[in-house]
Amino acid sequence: MRTIVIDPVTRIEGHAKITIRLDEDGKVADTAFHVTQVRGFEAFTEGRPFYEMPAITARICGICPISHLLASVKACDAIMSVRIPPTAAMLRELLHCGQITQSHALSFFHLSSPDMLLGFDSDPARRNVVGVIEDHPALAKDGVTLRKFGQQVIESLAKERIHPSWTVPGGVNAPLDRAVRDRILAGLPEAKAIALRTLSFYKGVVDQFSDEIANFGTTPSMYAGLVDDGGNLQLYDGGLRFVDAAGKVVVDRMAAEDYQQFIGEATIPTSYLKAPYFKPLGFPGGVYRVGPLARLNVADRCGTPLADAEFDEFHQRFGAPAESSFHFHYARLVEIIYALERMETLLNDPAILDRHVRATAGVNALEGVGMAEAPRGVLIHHYKVNEDGAIVWVNLIVATGHNNLAISRGVDQVARRYVDGGKFKEGMLNRVSAVVRCYDPCLSCSTHAADQFPLDIQLVNPAGEMVDRIRT
Amino acid sequence: MSQQVSVRIDGELCTAAEGQTIYEVAQANGRSIPALCHMEGLSSAGACRLCLVEVAGIGRLLPACTTPVNTGMSVTTESENLAHHRVMALELLFVERNHICSVCVSNGHCELQALAQKLGVTHVRYPYNYPRLSVDTSHPRFVLDHNRCILCSRCVRVCDEIEGAHVWDIAARGINSMLVSDLDRPWGESENCTSCGKCVQACPTGALVEKGRAVEEMTKRNVVVTTLAAKRDAHP
Repeated sequence: MRTIVIDPVTRIEGHAKITIRLDEDGKVADTAFHVTQVRGFEAFTEGRPFYEMPAITARICGICPISHLLASVKACDAIMSVRIPPTAAMLRELLHCGQITQSHALSFFHLSSPDMLLGFDSDPARRNVVGVIEDHPALAKDGVTLRKFGQQVIESLAKERIHPSWTVPGGVNAPLDRAVRDRILAGLPEAKAIALRTLSFYKGVVDQFSDEIANFGTTPSMYAGLVDDGGNLQLYDGGLRFVDAAGKVVVDRMAAEDYQQFIGEATIPTSYLKAPYFKPLGFPGGVYRVGPLARLNVADRCGTPLADAEFDEFHQRFGAPAESSFHFHYARLVEIIYALERMETLLNDPAILDRHVRATAGVNALEGVGMAEAPRGVLIHHYKVNEDGAIVWVNLIVATGHNNLAISRGVDQVARRYVDGGKFKEGMLNRVSAVVRCYDPCLSCSTHAADQFPLDIQLVNPAGEMVDRIRT
Repeated sequence: MSQQVSVRIDGELCTAAEGQTIYEVAQANGRSIPALCHMEGLSSAGACRLCLVEVAGIGRLLPACTTPVNTGMSVTTESENLAHHRVMALELLFVERNHICSVCVSNGHCELQALAQKLGVTHVRYPYNYPRLSVDTSHPRFVLDHNRCILCSRCVRVCDEIEGAHVWDIAARGINSMLVSDLDRPWGESENCTSCGKCVQACPTGALVEKGRAVEEMTKRNVVVTTLAAKRDAHP
């Protein structure tokens, strides 16, 4: 038996390694997706006052700190047992829409578009955002502009783009200024035009990727995502809905505090990333996917007009549920439109300017769970505190964790299709990486680690000796 | 009336009252000497070593806050050597315990952080100690985080000298020194603490803080302490 190791996987956020083991005939025997870094937030936060958790856990990630902030403040709200002022909830959702926009724009334009625009088999030295800027300057500019808009929404609300301190247990610490509202509203038409233009472009080219669509994570799985009481897509609030591989609702509007009834967590010896699974189906059978594709697969509607029209077209073209993980990219673009429309709705509600935006309380419950949709999927923060408010136990289930089993399966499927024998072909190996990239995995979050890395691929023979190696 | 003495501060001839410290005389004459343990209205402790100055004829640096002026003394408050020592003193404060500004409730409102910025501490050259220290959350209104304590003893002095409760002390020696309440009982179990909060307002960092303040939200009002001290002096 020989082993091909892709280490690390590039253009994802964090550090991962893929091992492809080959049998004596050069066929894929099995594959494994490893996350190779550990950060230990769950351990070192013990003893901290619970209300410091939002700021501390936000440092898990520099791409989507807002998601951690929101899940964390919601867990703290639960410990305080407060119902936050409605305007505070609106402002948190507004902030989150800024975050979804910037993060999805980063994933699509900066990380994934090089594969799609320049070709999976194109020169790896140019297959990056710089190559996109050279060959598709208008699209690259749109990407930068859209991400900037999302970041500026965050900055104008929360004063800082990364790791702001505005969201606090009980609400937010300052109301919205009228001038800020007007400024964001003024920027929305351009952002929406870019989102629509990009989706229109993507819809025109997506059929070129029929091979990838057919082979990128099409193994049936369940899906999980937040929905509101009407079954509409939710990013900030709502309950968790699980649907099976056929799209049938299995669990609906699960409250955050009930997550342990439905989500089990397995540990895998070769990876620091835990593998959550749908408990009623057990491990490893209970594979489910989260994130943009899963959200569009669980929701009945988006609930905003432009996104709903795209939602309908998406499911008409690719079915409901849409199965291929390649469609994460498409779903991400639909969600950007949704986020921009939600921003508009929230900002046009006069209540958004209400000055009462924070509830205060001490420890009223010794446990709290917060749940929100991070750009990459549902994020759960679960804290236990003592009566003085010091953290005694923490559990974090991040989006990439939920997707761990699905990513492993997806990699296996792609490897079986594209890997044949022990020959290194850059296009083939890139597809293995690209299937991981569909999920836009944030591995730094998921092991609660950040690093930058070149591509390092190792071919190992049955005796464990490295017989070949490619490094970029 | 106390006797007048004449001293030179950075070359300038200054008149002072006998018994005044170098720090007081320098401040009265428009000099700003950095300090973290000194607080107007409290006695001096000489704990932080930030106010070190050069005194002509003395071969070592002296803390301005505890050294009384003498006639004919010539003091230098700014020099390359002093700047070097002050930066070093700050760096050593940072390495001693776990000062993680970005997630601190006092971020942006911290005297240690502000002084480090002012004196240009951009790097710390020494290895961090990373001690494993506790957070005392037992008080219903306040929190003591030993990770952020620089042992300046302002809290010890304000509680003893202004409030009169003497809850706080510094226990042990050297690197093992630790702020303790009521002879090392949890703060929430202190029989002497009046929950007045002066220690919190006097604390230069995020070591003593109000419970429930999220990151960057803990602003201190140490003018409260200074004002109270002045009023007590006026009505002894």
